[in-house]
Amino acid sequence: MSYKIEIQSLSAWFGSKQVLQDITMKIKQNVVTAIIGPSGCGKTTLIRCLNRMHELTPRAKVTGRVLLDGEDIYGENVDPVTVRRRIGMVFQKPNPFPMMSIYDNAAAGLKLNGIADKHRLDEIVEESLRAAHLWDEVRLELGKSGASLSGGQQQRLCIARALAIEPEVILMDEPTSALDPTAAAKIEQLIRVLAEDYTVIIVTHNMQQAARVSDFTAFLYLGRLVEYGSTKDIFENPKSELTEKYITGEFG
Amino acid sequence: MNAHRKYPNFLSKFKTASRKKLSGDSAFKIIVMLIACNIFLIIGLMIFKIAQNSWLSIQTYGINFLWGTTWQPFPPNPSTPPSFGALPLIWGTLVTSAIALFLGVPISLGISLALSEFAPRSFNYVISFFVELLAAIPSVIYGLWGIIILIPFLQNNVFPYAQTVLGFLPFFQGTIRGSSVLTGGIILAIMIIPTISAISRDVFAAVPSSQREAIIALGATRWEKARIVMRYGRSGVIGAIMLGLGRAVGETMAITMVIGNSFNMFTSLFEPGSTLASIVANEFTEASSPPVYISALMEVGLILFALAIVVNASARLVIWRSTRKIKEVEMF
Amino acid sequence: MRSYRFRKLENRIMISLAYVALVIALIPLASILIETISNGLSAMSFSLFFEEIPPLGQSGGGIGPAIQGTLIVVALASIMGVPIGVFSGIYLAEFRQSRIASVARFLNDVLTNVPSIVLGIFGWVLVVVAIGWSVIAGAVALAIMMIPIVTRTTEEAIKLVPVNIREAAIALGVPRWKTTLTVVLSSAKKGIATGILLAVARISGETAPLLLTILGSRFWFSGFTQPTAALPLTIFNFSQSPFRTVDLPRAWGASLILIFIVLAINIIVRYATREKYG
Repeated sequence: MSYKIEIQSLSAWFGSKQVLQDITMKIKQNVVTAIIGPSGCGKTTLIRCLNRMHELTPRAKVTGRVLLDGEDIYGENVDPVTVRRRIGMVFQKPNPFPMMSIYDNAAAGLKLNGIADKHRLDEIVEESLRAAHLWDEVRLELGKSGASLSGGQQQRLCIARALAIEPEVILMDEPTSALDPTAAAKIEQLIRVLAEDYTVIIVTHNMQQAARVSDFTAFLYLGRLVEYGSTKDIFENPKSELTEKYITGEFG
Repeated sequence: MNAHRKYPNFLSKFKTASRKKLSGDSAFKIIVMLIACNIFLIIGLMIFKIAQNSWLSIQTYGINFLWGTTWQPFPPNPSTPPSFGALPLIWGTLVTSAIALFLGVPISLGISLALSEFAPRSFNYVISFFVELLAAIPSVIYGLWGIIILIPFLQNNVFPYAQTVLGFLPFFQGTIRGSSVLTGGIILAIMIIPTISAISRDVFAAVPSSQREAIIALGATRWEKARIVMRYGRSGVIGAIMLGLGRAVGETMAITMVIGNSFNMFTSLFEPGSTLASIVANEFTEASSPPVYISALMEVGLILFALAIVVNASARLVIWRSTRKIKEVEMF
Repeated sequence: MRSYRFRKLENRIMISLAYVALVIALIPLASILIETISNGLSAMSFSLFFEEIPPLGQSGGGIGPAIQGTLIVVALASIMGVPIGVFSGIYLAEFRQSRIASVARFLNDVLTNVPSIVLGIFGWVLVVVAIGWSVIAGAVALAIMMIPIVTRTTEEAIKLVPVNIREAAIALGVPRWKTTLTVVLSSAKKGIATGILLAVARISGETAPLLLTILGSRFWFSGFTQPTAALPLTIFNFSQSPFRTVDLPRAWGASLILIFIVLAINIIVRYATREKYG
């Protein structure tokens, strides 16, 4: 198995406050990698560095390298826009475009990137909605507003929207924390299936979720990577005492 | 989903995207910035052009224009040059605005307190709606109503009583006319009420409820609570009043139609008068010659412009400072 | 220590005064609306809308050219003012930190408060001096009045678009400028449309800028470089007429039409935006 993403000495700041310290890790292809840690440890900042969204905040700074298939996405001539087409993101609070229909939401990435052929759009929309396990529920109401769905459905719609532009990596920032347990479970199922075709990186504050869903886990604390390994190892045989304390719920 | 094997990746890999970074973004920024800069062009051009056209008058009359009291584009004696002076106009503008504030501010405060402190919320919505409707009525319709309804009403029913009661003051002496400075002030008062009361209402609404709760817990009546709110929002209200003043200063049509348009340094409010705005509205289209006539009117416009800007800029400064103060206190 | 009875009395009086103030303010509103509607309605007729304006004192005719003139001048002003206003608003919202934006915003506020007669003077100085009393001059003056209003309301509407909508589009690999022009604008379009409509209502009722630019006329529109009639101007002219019995009814008729247009737009807009909080 190859490494899809290699993070090398990644550090990040908000103004003068450093939030990530020298993170180095290699993320395998076609697996689910979870990033866990107490609030404020930098896990959201970390994944936002992976699709170059951290730098959009005013006074944000990033140093280090992130290699996608061997190429540094922070390289000299790289346009962040193209990075984001290969690395997609799903957010904590589902954010479908409220003024668009379900169909248009799923097709949004395509349309905005210039695909206009109706036939092609129809096919990709259907495939994405199927891949997000949403097709059967909405196929007869594609014209309804994206905001008219339930929370869990909205999140799956956002996943479909991300899938439609055929990314290689999917970043998920606490994708189920705003959802009820049933909806969350559906999404967890979906994540395991998605890993067959994509490299999935998920941030979660829910350790049980990490244990259920991921193949590899990284534990972050105060901006440092404390431990990183297979999920089984991390949860059953943590090497660092800090990790063990977090896993057993002593803090965070 | 194996779709990304089905279609060739239509989104080019970023390796080929070594084109100039963010060129779309830079172009966009420059284009909208240039469009937004129209405002610099407009204001700059306005000041320049009006000043340029006033130059003749400024040169001819100098600073005395500001306290000149004659307005003679066509002197009876052809050998005397035309003379222009703006003092009666400035006087008229100031007096009508003062009347407008004198009458309008208490009423506006009453309205905003009634709506924000005393009345139930549903009442608030409906009534605010109507008060704001007052603001939407075009000035010329105020003027028409002023001529046909307000003037006869005031002339027959109000002014005589006013003269009986206040006739000892020089302002209320003399022949009573319908088209007068006092009518002008009254109609301005009506027109600035929506402005002042709307902003005051917002200012009062921004007062933290903790303040109200504190005073109520001490056993205050509703009026006493309102007094605290007013004190807290005092600078915001001052800003609102100044904005109302700005509106009064710049108002043209309604006042032209009811003030009588007489160039005179009036002493009684029952006399007709003129304001900076009304004289321009009345005489501009006919002022084709001599050239210094139009230039004098331009200069009047320039003075009006400057006056309005000063009042409004000060108002905004006051409002800005007051909202900052409220925020500072809240941070506690 | 003031007695409680006194405080209660004071409370009663003050609250009553506040309500009295409310009533006093609403009386003119009621009077204006009632007079305009009743006098205006009695002047309503088919010919009012479709006949030319007769000279003062002459009976018959109508105010057709005034309605037409208002529509044309306002439309032309909007064509000029709306795009400039909207894009300026976009700039101020998207690049808020830039110093140019702060100064531009301040100047916009200044322009909102320029007396309307000064805008008329400017229109005269800029256009009439060059091409004479004309529709274009009037449209320019009104456009300048419109731009700061539309700029401000557009900026506010865009600021209200939630951040997560922008982020969603950016995460899909859409460049920032495209995100603004498609997703953000589309999300803000109700607020922007509201601002435009309110600005249109405002300029439709303005007289002073037109007084010094389109001059007024009794006849139908005859070209963009010619003077033309407009509702507010016509109302003004009739109001100054010595022939009251003949001309005042027309003034009221015109007022009714004008107030109808302006208030209709205002009411619709306020109703539409209130629904959101309902």
